[in-house]
Amino acid sequence: MRLAEILAGLFPQGHSVTVRDGLVTGGGRFADGTLHVVGVDGDTPLGVDGALVLSRAVLDAVRAGDRAPILVVVDSDSQRMSRRDELLGLNECLAHLAKALLLADRSGHPTIGLIYGHSAAGAFIATALATRILAALPGANPSVMDLPSVAKVTKLPLDKLQEMAKSTPVFAPGLDNMVATGAVHVVLDPGKPLDGQIRDLIANLKPGDDRDRLGEERGGRPVARGIGAAVIAQAGRG
Amino acid sequence: MAGVRPASTDPDALSWYEATARQRVVALADPGTFQEFLPPTERRMSPHLPLFDLPRAFDDGIVVGRAALDGKTVLVAAQEGRFMGGAFGEIHGAKLVGLLRAALALKPAAVLILFDTGGVRLQEANAGETAIAETMRAIVDVRAAGIPVIGLIGGRAGCYGGGGLIAGTCSRLAVSEGGRISVSGPEVIETNKGAEEFDSRDRALVWRTMGGKHRRLIGGADAFCAGSVSAFRKAALDLIGRAPAFDLATLEAEQARLETRLARFGDCRDATDIWARLGVNDPEAVPAMDTRAFDETVSRVREADHEAR
Repeated sequence: MRLAEILAGLFPQGHSVTVRDGLVTGGGRFADGTLHVVGVDGDTPLGVDGALVLSRAVLDAVRAGDRAPILVVVDSDSQRMSRRDELLGLNECLAHLAKALLLADRSGHPTIGLIYGHSAAGAFIATALATRILAALPGANPSVMDLPSVAKVTKLPLDKLQEMAKSTPVFAPGLDNMVATGAVHVVLDPGKPLDGQIRDLIANLKPGDDRDRLGEERGGRPVARGIGAAVIAQAGRG
Repeated sequence: MAGVRPASTDPDALSWYEATARQRVVALADPGTFQEFLPPTERRMSPHLPLFDLPRAFDDGIVVGRAALDGKTVLVAAQEGRFMGGAFGEIHGAKLVGLLRAALALKPAAVLILFDTGGVRLQEANAGETAIAETMRAIVDVRAAGIPVIGLIGGRAGCYGGGGLIAGTCSRLAVSEGGRISVSGPEVIETNKGAEEFDSRDRALVWRTMGGKHRRLIGGADAFCAGSVSAFRKAALDLIGRAPAFDLATLEAEQARLETRLARFGDCRDATDIWARLGVNDPEAVPAMDTRAFDETVSRVREADHEAR
């Protein structure tokens, strides 16, 4: 699904969302109030400049204090890989964006990620993965790294990795695997109205971070929840 | 840990860069106070690495536990850069997430994260990436509860990839000359964009662009340490006492700080250009400065110290 279709589905009465240099900001009337929209479109890499445009939009919403939900739409590349971005502190800028979204969530703004295209690595962590609940549309393609690059780094043959990817969700790129690890909470139904599905997600938001429980139930991250619980238990013994 | 001889953990003599994760923690803490959670004797090993015919570690490359620092209880996590580059796998990440969540109930004086990581462990990439996101959320929860989260960066593997994003989420960071903080590593940039964009074999370029001195000068880190464990201990104690709150005012200040940085230095090609604009008299001399000379230089740079993190 393309961004224009998503926005048309969310805002039948129109909206103020614009896309500039692949950066999405704006909002519209939604349910009985407002829905803020920020994000990345068009498989655009996220660098220092873009991260600060998005974080500013998020902080503006928090300052307004309307507690309106914030939808983070994502079809991005990975973080922008350049000497300039690292020189200027890309880690600070991406972390700042994630912190802005986490602050919004703590300040009463439900944050919902919606991945409808690609995303990877640092861009994925700073946007979609920093929301309270992450939804995906079929055809979305989140990944940490594509398999040819994984082959290069791990020095394993590509055909072996492709074979392993069929049965091993923990490392392989793709939506199904990110669902299995619990990173993506839910895959939406493109045949049903989008606004109703997003409204239901907002209405049913739960406190806490349940991604490790989902990963355990779905089998993509079999041991993480138990390990975290064991650390908490041992820490609690004087 | 019983069996670690005091001679090997003298914090003045022990090099942070050379030490193992467990040596760092033991020497950083008040003597004899470190208690490890899920220690190697429990053998919580990666269920995934055997699929790749790779060796496993009994601790999955991270040490977590409780210690006293100047008599106060702290929770500590230390990544082992010698195992899989300190990368985040499923168990590795879950131990850090569990430690941070434990802090909410235990209310320690601080949580210390001793970074030494290349980022996500690609053999467990989706689990590692998700754990990084969980870690960042947990850090924000801990900070919002008034507990400082302090990052210490000076290990062999640096602090790359998602580790760089976690570092940017901490209340305060201390870094040494050997510490590097970055998202894309030199080899990653070169592989994707070519050696004209970043020549990863040019080590001086790597240190200038990602190293501890550059991060300290531009305000990306809050303390610069000589290479000993005792220097990191002193820095940690100092930073715990001046951790910024996690609230809208702090993030608005960080937004302004980072926007100003881009406006002032966005056209700079090299770190030395930025240092010159920051008012450093002899930018070319910075890489060779000893800690004392560098501290003096930093003290004249207004941008280095701030509450905006």
